[in-house]
Amino acid sequence: MLDLKGISRSFGGVHAVSSLDLTVGEREIVGLIGPNGSGKSTTVNLITGVFPPSSGIVFFRGEDIGPLPTHRRLQAGIARTFQNIRLFGQLTVWQNLWVAQNSPEDRARRGFASRWLGGQAAARDEIEQLLAFSGLAHKREELAANLAFGEQRRLELARALAAKPRLLLLDEPAAGMNSEEIGRLRERILKLREHGMTILLIEHVMELVMGVADRIAVLNFGQKIAEGPPAEIQASPLVRSAYLGGEA
Amino acid sequence: MDFYFGLVQLVGVHTLLGLSAYIVLLTGQVTLAQAGFFAIGAYVAGMLTVLAGWHLVPALGVSALAGAITACAVGFPALRVKGLMLVIATLAFGEGVRLFFFNFDYQIAKGEIKLGPVGGEGFRQIRFFPENGWSTFEVMLFIWAFVVAIMALLWWFDRSRYGAVLRAVGEDEVAAQSVGINLTAVKVSAMTVGGAIAGIGGGLYAHYTTHIEHSSFNVLVATFAIAYPIVGGLSSVFGTLLAVVFVQALLVEGLRDLGDWRNLLFGALIVLAMNLRPRGFLDPQALGSLKRLFGGDRSA
Repeated sequence: MLDLKGISRSFGGVHAVSSLDLTVGEREIVGLIGPNGSGKSTTVNLITGVFPPSSGIVFFRGEDIGPLPTHRRLQAGIARTFQNIRLFGQLTVWQNLWVAQNSPEDRARRGFASRWLGGQAAARDEIEQLLAFSGLAHKREELAANLAFGEQRRLELARALAAKPRLLLLDEPAAGMNSEEIGRLRERILKLREHGMTILLIEHVMELVMGVADRIAVLNFGQKIAEGPPAEIQASPLVRSAYLGGEA
Repeated sequence: MDFYFGLVQLVGVHTLLGLSAYIVLLTGQVTLAQAGFFAIGAYVAGMLTVLAGWHLVPALGVSALAGAITACAVGFPALRVKGLMLVIATLAFGEGVRLFFFNFDYQIAKGEIKLGPVGGEGFRQIRFFPENGWSTFEVMLFIWAFVVAIMALLWWFDRSRYGAVLRAVGEDEVAAQSVGINLTAVKVSAMTVGGAIAGIGGGLYAHYTTHIEHSSFNVLVATFAIAYPIVGGLSSVFGTLLAVVFVQALLVEGLRDLGDWRNLLFGALIVLAMNLRPRGFLDPQALGSLKRLFGGDRSA
């Protein structure tokens, strides 16, 4: 599904990501962990094209998506959430989902003829499903800025799903959540996988990553220092010294 | 009575000017180019009715088209820059248009006299309304037919998905492109619609004043264009109308007796208005209470 081949990015003299190789297979949940400043969010920005890599190629479904601007990558099937929530605060919950319906199917549905042939009703149904999935149905007319923190996180996930992506990039979705909320987030992530979603999960909260990821890659100073199943990563002395050890 | 009809005409034309900037401001872009599109619309419509002998309605159609095409052409390069850089780029465009008309001569002899724009002297004798015997009242109704139609169109835009997309871009460009919105397409389309509205406004302006010149389209006009929607609030098209009434009817006309003191008080009152209502006359709260008042309580 997603193939990063030797991607690098430096800002000034700092190598935020250096020659990173990473593969995410169909319907896989891959965790990407690492200390602060290890290049995790930069990796997401490189995949979504917020800025281009200094070198290396990003393949999505076998195609080099390097030339595609960000909005075209979304239409190709890559959606994301942000580490620091970036909702459209002055739009309502409903509108936040409405503007995010940009899959090729949605765009065709907004064509002049199909719009009147049930296209609008189908779009509304999908928004209703997303509201139900994220437990925000009763808040549909609320401005996004007025939501509680946990609700904003849920809305951001729903907004990413509104474009019916194949690959979902979650940038620290559990940041600031309590363990009860993390439990519900885990259920949502697993439910998405059941529906065929591929997920790259960037996360600090080990409780979540260890619980849902099939495979984990560890970044440190922009380089991948380990990759494997959760149990193996947890036991790896290299990872412990670089990451877990640093905090203990 | 004609004085008041004239004032209502002025309010109508300035509302169009403000609305042309309103839709661009929704996308978070500050533009000082609106006076330029206004000028293009004014000269194009004037030349079509005076020199080519067209009826005003098709002439206004061409004005809208000319404004839209220029805005689209300016939009592509200009919207690559943001913030202050965009303000400077659009300011340069507006001044460029003004200086073009300062140097623009194109006269055709009509019987005894020559008609058409003459550089710095401007373009006189745009007499479509008097020649066809329209009263001031009829001209006022004609102008307001356009104002109402365009306000209705923008109001409908605001409620549609397109309006939500414009506001989404205005709030957060990175998030907007991350949910699949093509920023360039959205910004250029808003600019194009704004250019068409300014073009129509300019065409109407040229005909009710009957005389235009380069200085009718200076930076002050461009500033007014963005000031109306900002003072009125970007939550609703009616805010812009409210601001035009406040500025043109209450401040400019209402304070006329004060002579030189007027300009001083004018500035002070706008500053005071923005301090009392920092998000404009019709901010989201005000709009919410109005909705509850008139449309029954749906939001709570």
